[in-house]
Amino acid sequence: MNYESYLFLALATLLVIAAGAVVTLRNPVHAAMSLVLTFFTSAMLWILLRAEFLGITLVLVYVGAVMVLFLFVVMMLDINVVPLREGFARYLPVGLLVAGIMAAQMVAVLGGHHFGLERYTAPPAVIEGSNTAALGQLLYTGYVYPFEIAAVILLVAIVAAIALTHRRREGVKLQDPGKQTMVRKADRLRVVKMPSDTREGHGA
Amino acid sequence: MIPLSWWLTLAALLFCISVAGIFINRKNIIILLMAIELMLLSVNMNFVAFSRYLDDMAGQVFVFFILTVAAAEAAIGLAILVLVFRNRRTINVAELDTMRG
Repeated sequence: MNYESYLFLALATLLVIAAGAVVTLRNPVHAAMSLVLTFFTSAMLWILLRAEFLGITLVLVYVGAVMVLFLFVVMMLDINVVPLREGFARYLPVGLLVAGIMAAQMVAVLGGHHFGLERYTAPPAVIEGSNTAALGQLLYTGYVYPFEIAAVILLVAIVAAIALTHRRREGVKLQDPGKQTMVRKADRLRVVKMPSDTREGHGA
Repeated sequence: MIPLSWWLTLAALLFCISVAGIFINRKNIIILLMAIELMLLSVNMNFVAFSRYLDDMAGQVFVFFILTVAAAEAAIGLAILVLVFRNRRTINVAELDTMRG
């Protein structure tokens, strides 16, 4: 047991506690906050795995963007949590049973017998070169086509999210640039013929 | 040195917690979405761990793509959630039975 192992155990304990809080807390805002803690702890664990770029990305993208989106939605909607909690105690035993069975199965298969240090020796503690550079080298050469597709998926997500939540409101005064540029002189300007007014003493 | 099995066990525990969360919070869409995010996180942790122990960067590239898709999924899921709340004034899954599913 060295420093890294103790660090792993501490972070893993925190991660499991925070994940448990996400699914059991009553208030969705508190659950979202626990999820932030979960993501942050995972980012630290990934950095422990020498995946610095992904760790920072997790903090930036998830804690910075996705969780803010979650909190926005949770706080914007006026949600009554009481009816959402009914059935919590009823489904708790079956949920714990299924989760326990799954955990036992996975630990039996993934445990130290098959994936211990004898089978998979520990990688070198120090890796030469930058993780970001190595990832970028791979991403922009062999995986450039999936990378482009990922960009398109993000674009589709933006368009879909805006198209879903956009609504036309009545009674809002808006400009229509198309109509503004189509306007002609005759639409706006009216020349009025008036009889010229001749006053005494000044008239021609 | 940390064995690979510790990482895999941690990811398995995270996955089981999120499965239990889906079971016990089956009425609340927001918590369901959060549990799905947790599941994706646990899978990503497996990818990163294998990438380190097998010394193969492709695992990290895959995690990158999963993060992208998960972000898109969260954005669209929350948009649908807002839309459901606007139309029905509730996010209770039990009351969303218009399609008689």
